[in-house]
Amino acid sequence: MSYINPTFRHPELAVNDLGYTKADYEGSLSTLCAGCGHDSISGAIVKAVHEMSIEPHKIAKISGIGCSSKTPNYFLGKSHGFNSVHGRMPSVATGANMANRDLIYLAVSGDGDTASIGLGQFTHAIRRNLNMVYIVMNNGCYGLTKGQDSATADEGSRSKKGDPNPFTAIDLCATALQIGAGFVARSFSGDREQLVPLIKAAITHQGFALIDVISPCVTFNNTEASTKSYEFVRAHSEATGTLDFVPMRQEITASYHPGTSNEVTMHDGSVIHLHKLTEGLDPFDRASAMNVIEQHRQQGQILTGLIFMDRDSRDLHEALDTVTRPLNQLGPEDLCPGSKVLENINASLR
Amino acid sequence: MEIIGLPLTRICNREYNDPRQRQLFKNVIYVGALAALLDIDMGVITELVGDQFKGKEKLVAPNIHALELGHQYTLENFDCPLSIRVEHRDLVGDRILIDGNSAIGLGAIYGGATLAAWYPITPSTSVVDAFEKYCKRLRIDPGSGRKNYAIVQAEDELAAIGMVIGASWNGARAFTATSGPGISLMSEFLGLAYFAEIPTVVMDVQRAGPSTGMPTRTQQSDVLSSAYASHGDTKHVLLFPSTPRECFDMAADAFDLAERLQTPIILMSDLDLGMNDNMSEPLHWDDDREYDRGKVLSAEDLDDMEEFGRYLDVDKDAICYRTYPGTHPTKGAFLTRGSSHDEYATYTESGEAYERNMHRLMAKWETAKQYVPGPIMTPAARETGYGVIFFGTSEASSLEALDYLAEEGIAIDAMRVRAFPFNDEVEQFIDAHERTFVIEQNRDSQLRTLLMAEFEFGPDKLKSVLCFDGTPISARNIRKQILKKIPGSNVTPLRRETARLSSGEGS
Ligand SMILES: Cc1ncc(C[n+]2csc(CCOP(=O)(O)OP(=O)(O)O)c2C)c(N)n1
Ligand code: SF4
Ligand SMILES: [Mg+2]
Repeated sequence: MSYINPTFRHPELAVNDLGYTKADYEGSLSTLCAGCGHDSISGAIVKAVHEMSIEPHKIAKISGIGCSSKTPNYFLGKSHGFNSVHGRMPSVATGANMANRDLIYLAVSGDGDTASIGLGQFTHAIRRNLNMVYIVMNNGCYGLTKGQDSATADEGSRSKKGDPNPFTAIDLCATALQIGAGFVARSFSGDREQLVPLIKAAITHQGFALIDVISPCVTFNNTEASTKSYEFVRAHSEATGTLDFVPMRQEITASYHPGTSNEVTMHDGSVIHLHKLTEGLDPFDRASAMNVIEQHRQQGQILTGLIFMDRDSRDLHEALDTVTRPLNQLGPEDLCPGSKVLENINASLR
Repeated sequence: MEIIGLPLTRICNREYNDPRQRQLFKNVIYVGALAALLDIDMGVITELVGDQFKGKEKLVAPNIHALELGHQYTLENFDCPLSIRVEHRDLVGDRILIDGNSAIGLGAIYGGATLAAWYPITPSTSVVDAFEKYCKRLRIDPGSGRKNYAIVQAEDELAAIGMVIGASWNGARAFTATSGPGISLMSEFLGLAYFAEIPTVVMDVQRAGPSTGMPTRTQQSDVLSSAYASHGDTKHVLLFPSTPRECFDMAADAFDLAERLQTPIILMSDLDLGMNDNMSEPLHWDDDREYDRGKVLSAEDLDDMEEFGRYLDVDKDAICYRTYPGTHPTKGAFLTRGSSHDEYATYTESGEAYERNMHRLMAKWETAKQYVPGPIMTPAARETGYGVIFFGTSEASSLEALDYLAEEGIAIDAMRVRAFPFNDEVEQFIDAHERTFVIEQNRDSQLRTLLMAEFEFGPDKLKSVLCFDGTPISARNIRKQILKKIPGSNVTPLRRETARLSSGEGS
């Protein structure tokens, strides 16, 4: 395929290597509140997948229930999706992934969906190192049910309801790290520059990849006293460094000062460059990652960017030693042992 | 009655010095003595000793020695054999001995299941154990040595059923095995599978509830909670096997049914059938059989179509066409959801569209009647106004009870129901009889409730015969309860002595 690029073209009409425009990766019109962080994340997903030139049908979108979990309707309209039940997206993703290991499982969830009702399933999907991208649209509240505090709301943070949250927050990145997640990142819906390459890296990671994206709820939790508001996050976040994602077969054009960049080749040949890393962070060392998160928390800072990555991740299919062909493509000749075998089994039971 | 005294302690003390051995071998010497008295083939018994101590071969010889000790002593000191003896017989023909759970595990393999997702619970655990045991033999890819299956021990039943639904949505055959408490936890997801129309196979091995109940005792008490599992208007297809052979057949059929009907199929076994070895017809597989994968569109189909709507009733049988993720680069994708949707899977709050969808699901329920296994009738020897309906493990004792009653001049037609939704024959059967007894192993007459709800029969038509003490229902119990409910019949104990011995049964 070859394209003659016109000298001027609207960026929305730019085609990727497959000949698709960005519009081919968009979904239905969003019905979320204007300004909701979740919509920006949907936009980042569209941009990342378009730029990576992934065929839409190679992705399956999965979500739970919540404003956040509605978003699969608003991105990748040509991909199959499954808007399941509250807190149980990980089990649906697990089954789907078991059935067909060749698709990309792109899951979105909310902080209520993940840190409360779904905390068990979230942790167990991590434990099993399910090959999936798990994006939490984290607004510190239950948007859909009108703004109750969620389990990720910081202690003392105040939503529109007014009372300070008396409980400590569950830090999903720290939890994921502790359980053994192989790819842990945090980002902000308002920082597309950072989020898009993170999504790309997460998609290429073989195994469970968490991106906890702070995503303000403009309707219930964007107040002055909230730690999940646009203003607070802008003022208090610090990036772990910069991440560049270079797709496979593409030339590396940027130049980095020696010693300032870490280069990781992903299993599909793409390369990730991490540079200008936060003091004290070794993103390939779990203990260092946990430390840095905790240090920032103590200083009231939100650490964003790639926090940890395991370069030798083995996913659930490897652990279970399943065939490389997707299980949903096996036919009766692979699956049914036939009548002769059954007669022998009968004979052994007499 | 003849009383024979055997000096077991003396024989042991003479033979063994070790006090432990003196104690241990008494039983085995006794078995040897019995073999002499009843003329049991010693070859068979020594073979059994070999089986018993497989892996601990050192113990075989001393046990056989003890057997012979008892055998020899008895032959020398008593008039052997007695007038009652044990003889070789072969009345079982080609039948096999197998527990229902193993048969389900095998049925799942033959039915093409590639994912078992489960959370351990008695009495269903051995379903997945059997699946795994046979998969290790029968499902290893010859080229790579890797597995043509996956077994995921989930974190709970909420996750187990979610995995089954996710895999089935994605085009694999998957199942879970559970018992009553698991069904309770799976309910919300079962409602999603019903409403979003995703094939789902559940093997429910029932135990005595409610709550933890008597987890090691049998009951048929998940009927209602399974039939109507989940909030809102939901109904699920149930299958009721009564023998291991039927466990095998129905387990394999469940996958065809689930994909054909695009809905959950719950196989309702119970502890008695599942965990005990039962005599059964041999398992059978027809090599010409093809899996019924239901209405699934390929990429070519999508290219040839004008429009695709996931919930469009194209064939007017209320079953719509689905697509697996990953089928076609640009066509056939949709968002599966548990929220109200129109024919194109688009979210809708239109009451009209919602009703249309719910009516179609009801029409699909009618379609299901053509696919589920029909009832099995055992007519009485003469015409009668009495009928009896039973299901699952109540079969053998029900038929035995009817034999007793027939001997006493009471004729009753019998019907074994094998599935929910009930086929039309079930309604006709109840209609045709003045009174029908419904035999079941629960307190609340759950099958009778279902029959009344589905057919709107009045309570007079259907009378319950129940047993829910956790033991399998017995023929004597059934006979007694039926006699009590037949006007003018006197209840006389079947056999005076046995009736006395079994008092307390059948409350
Ligand atoms: C079993 C169950 N319980 C409760 C609800 C109601 N509910 C829907 S969404 C939600 C919380 C959503 O919060 P979150 O996941 O943070 O999503 P957000 O709307 O904030 O994006 C709740 C409690 C439900 N749908 N199902
Ligand atoms: S309620 Fe909050 S989370 Fe939900 S759409 Fe509106 S802004 Fe977004
Ligand atoms: Mg939220």
